[in-house]
Amino acid sequence: MSPIVKRKGERFTLPSKWLLFILTIVCTALMIFTFATDVFDKPFRSIVGYAVVPFEKGIGSVGKWFSGRKDELAQIRSLIKENTELKEQVARLTEENTLLQQDKYELNKLRQLFELDEQYEEYHKVGARIISRDSGNWYSAFVIDKGEKDGLKVDMNVIAGGGLVGRISAVGPNWARVTAIISDNANVSGMTLATEDHLIVSGSLKGMDEGVIYFSKLLDSKGAVNAGDKIVTSDVSDKFLPGILIGYIYTIADDNNNLTKSGTLIPAVDFEHLSEVLVITDQKQTIEE
Amino acid sequence: MLGFFLNALVLFFSFLLQTAIFPAVLPIHVYPNLLIIFTAALGFMKGENVGMVVGFFCGLLYDAFFGGVIGFHALLFLYVGFLNGKFYRVFYPEDLKLPLALITVSDLTYSLTCYVFLFLIWGKFDFPYYFLHVILPEMLVTLIATIIFYPLFLKMNEWLLHGKRKREH
Repeated sequence: MSPIVKRKGERFTLPSKWLLFILTIVCTALMIFTFATDVFDKPFRSIVGYAVVPFEKGIGSVGKWFSGRKDELAQIRSLIKENTELKEQVARLTEENTLLQQDKYELNKLRQLFELDEQYEEYHKVGARIISRDSGNWYSAFVIDKGEKDGLKVDMNVIAGGGLVGRISAVGPNWARVTAIISDNANVSGMTLATEDHLIVSGSLKGMDEGVIYFSKLLDSKGAVNAGDKIVTSDVSDKFLPGILIGYIYTIADDNNNLTKSGTLIPAVDFEHLSEVLVITDQKQTIEE
Repeated sequence: MLGFFLNALVLFFSFLLQTAIFPAVLPIHVYPNLLIIFTAALGFMKGENVGMVVGFFCGLLYDAFFGGVIGFHALLFLYVGFLNGKFYRVFYPEDLKLPLALITVSDLTYSLTCYVFLFLIWGKFDFPYYFLHVILPEMLVTLIATIIFYPLFLKMNEWLLHGKRKREH
């Protein structure tokens, strides 16, 4: 019997085994293709982007409006109380501010003397809104509403609220996927700000449930690193720009090998309530092969 | 033809619901896997071929945005659709137990495969943790979502069949 069964008055029906076989081959080919080259990646991601992203943007803005109204109602009472407290605070802070201004002038002068770049402030940034989250429950990734057309590229760093959020891991013409540093497949090379000791910050599902990120391989021979120390991205990271705040050390302990230390740190970014992020459009300088 | 467009529309809407709407409105961290529900449901309602094609496109859509390698989820969903299609012959619209069981098992299998290929091979051996914190919750919310969404899929399918019969007469 021929493998293609044709019944009277019916259209061609392909036996399901054949269809399964063909589609399996297609999938495998796609996997090999995207693994080896990005010839297919780009057009595919851009087509899908044009189809889906406009809707997601719309939903995002509607959802934002609703949650905004809800928050407004809930917050009015607490706002009144907060207002009086804040007024007192303003008075106190104004005084403090004048003092700090003086310090800043001094700092600026000193910086000029040392010809230091004000690195963090001089990065070029683009604001973007989060429009969708990873629908699987394994990784912490999300999609933002800016893409290639806004000058975004893969591996650009993403920050929010002064702390490191992650990096762009895929990009379409009008969207980009950001893999967060808390994601299970993310590792960041970091260092302690005070002592410049290097360490590896590894995201994990488990840690995020406890509100922390794990770090390891901290070589701290002098024992100068303590809980509460700032962790920033290191100079030697090949994907992340140096000096971006990752978080603060929460716990620290010696490893079994007595050479390195590991522990947990509290991220500077509130990953639970993230809606807008900044993408740094400067990229780490890489050595072309 | 109408059925094809309607299914494409439902697939699209399910994806939006799962990735954009649920995270915005639901105060939980684990979201139901609507794409699995849709793929499995069409599999046992319409047979292997439809299940496979739907699964393939579901997976492809997921891969485009969140998959590391394009084709991995497409392959997984493809087999979910195919295996559920095997139950086409024993499926009756009146029976809710079989669909619930099939979708739950599908989701469990999907999650386990994801764990093996995305976590276990990277040396993350803490299976009990991942099982209790990801796989099990996802299975439960998917079960709840099935109770809500499956009757809708069923109604749509019946309506389509009804319309088809009408046109043929």
